[in-house]
Amino acid sequence: MEEIRNYTMNFGPQHPAAHGVLRLVLEMDGETVVRADPHIGLLHRGTEKLAESKPFNQSIGYMDRLDYVSMMCNEHAYVRAIENLLQLEVPDRAQWIRTMFDEITRILNHLMWIGSNALDLGAMAVFLYAFREREELMDCYEAVSGARMHATYYRPGGVYRDLPLQMPKYKESRWHKGADLARFNAWREGSMLDYLEQFCADFPHKVDEYEELLTGNRIWKQRTVDIGVVSPELARAWGMSGPMLRGSGIAWDLRKKQPYAKYAEVDFDIPVGTNGDCYDRYLVRVEEMRQSNRIIQQCVKWLRANPGPVIVQNFKVAPPRREEMKDDMEALIHHFKLFTEGYCVPAGETYAAVEAPKGEFGCYLVSDGANKPFRVKLRAPGFAHLSSMDTIVRGHMLADVVAMIGTYDVVFGEIDR
Amino acid sequence: MTAANNPFAQVLEARLGQKLASHSAPLGEMTIEVLPENWIAVARTLRDDPALRFDVIVDVCGIDYLGHGDTEWDTSDVSSEGFSRGVEGAGPGRFRWEDRPRPPHIPRRFAVVVHLLSLEHNRRLRVRAFCMDDELPSVPSLIGVWPGVDWFEREAFDLYGIVFEGHPDLRRILTDYGFVGHAFRKDFPLIGNVEVRYDPDKRRVVYEPVSIEPRVLVPRTIRDDSRYEQAAAERKAGK
Repeated sequence: MEEIRNYTMNFGPQHPAAHGVLRLVLEMDGETVVRADPHIGLLHRGTEKLAESKPFNQSIGYMDRLDYVSMMCNEHAYVRAIENLLQLEVPDRAQWIRTMFDEITRILNHLMWIGSNALDLGAMAVFLYAFREREELMDCYEAVSGARMHATYYRPGGVYRDLPLQMPKYKESRWHKGADLARFNAWREGSMLDYLEQFCADFPHKVDEYEELLTGNRIWKQRTVDIGVVSPELARAWGMSGPMLRGSGIAWDLRKKQPYAKYAEVDFDIPVGTNGDCYDRYLVRVEEMRQSNRIIQQCVKWLRANPGPVIVQNFKVAPPRREEMKDDMEALIHHFKLFTEGYCVPAGETYAAVEAPKGEFGCYLVSDGANKPFRVKLRAPGFAHLSSMDTIVRGHMLADVVAMIGTYDVVFGEIDR
Repeated sequence: MTAANNPFAQVLEARLGQKLASHSAPLGEMTIEVLPENWIAVARTLRDDPALRFDVIVDVCGIDYLGHGDTEWDTSDVSSEGFSRGVEGAGPGRFRWEDRPRPPHIPRRFAVVVHLLSLEHNRRLRVRAFCMDDELPSVPSLIGVWPGVDWFEREAFDLYGIVFEGHPDLRRILTDYGFVGHAFRKDFPLIGNVEVRYDPDKRRVVYEPVSIEPRVLVPRTIRDDSRYEQAAAERKAGK
């Protein structure tokens, strides 16, 4: 009998299911994976080294570009690390705004995930549904920061500015007119909080729609149930976090266990899986969207009732108001110093982590007392997750590798940094 | 917080004994330092001891302490003449490969920092080991203790050239195939050494020496002037 040899296959870096730039070298025995060797780094930009050459505030924008589908959560880890070293007390309203935007970001991320993962596994429609709601939330990003994705909204000491009192509306154009225009603008008569309130009332029905398309879908279940099972021991040993850990039945969530911002004051539940397969992680993420929706509702309620400052009044760290700058010499000097030299951060080191949509996103910051960080290390959840690829996909079929890449929720902005 | 009134520090002292070189808890984050020869033994104790149980490896990273505390903006003996007064030095981003700082032998230049998390006790720990030799920095690999360190150690090797003895597959991970040097070392230029472009004549991607100039807009400054003292005093006064 002729001997059958294994062969090597290149998956990516331009494969549509590779989620960006993953190059996966697979050793195949027929259609079964014998060994998987992910090659990463094709999107390595040296963010951490770049940050060492710039004043602290100028690197906030780079954080958006790490995990570019959960932008503000990355900023949150970075500004929290700076705040730790400076020992800044962030105003309550800013903390609530951050909590709200972290959850908006979580929904944004999970919508992107559910759409693209379903697309990878052959369900086209979910992608279109998910992007409909993503659009509405990205309008919130745009309303507070002017940018739909890379917001640079969080600043050490608070957030850049308060929530807008008028949600921007669509203007009449060739594409938006008549009854369509009225429908687009229906929620946008009031402030951003009014808009979000209407969104939150509506969103659970939208999640029902995704679930109707997937949860009981026979093909979806065939592609995900018992695929890529991660045991709790395996999840711990490989440093997994977020839905990857919770899907395996470990109820660990930094928002509950080591609360930051205002998570200790909001009411929400942590969904946990039982089998640790792709299907459980899907269910966990869907439920997380519902819980995020609950948190946003509570934030909206609090923010409506409690006006106040959104950034510290410490002009060594945060700029004075624009109006003050016009007639106050001191304010002008502060502004000039801040936007040229920046501020010096006391020498020391700290690790600040947030529960980003993908897992624990951490920032290890070492300062030597200068106006630039000495070392920034960004701990990306996807990096730890993807490193377990070889262990998990051995013995699976080629098509399951795609399911596994999808369920890791990999984004190469954060993995390659 | 001193060891006397920090119960966690006492536990660490009791369990690690002589292997614990030093410990401190700046900003409430417990940090311990160990010698490279005790690296694996300490890791095993931290993972297996029921009072510690650090079962999750959060992060492993390298640090290059070259130039720690250096400032480029000398304001103490500044003159009133000249525009570029005071700006000197070779901070990150200010030099090309030919002009890179060539530091003398520096003990304790490279360190490996590990962040651990205990799910059971809900506690974090930072462990640091300084590499003894700055020519060929090395520490033992922790891959036998936590398999998850695999890629993190490869990354520290790639970017800092720290060798993890016993790692079965210590390849570069983030930088390009065929990359030369260790990109995150403080004496590696920010602009890099090579750039790539597609050459339409040769009909392939070609590597060429980097053409951009090193340029940093804001000098690196360390201030201990009254602004920060005042801010610290205001914080203490609870303002």
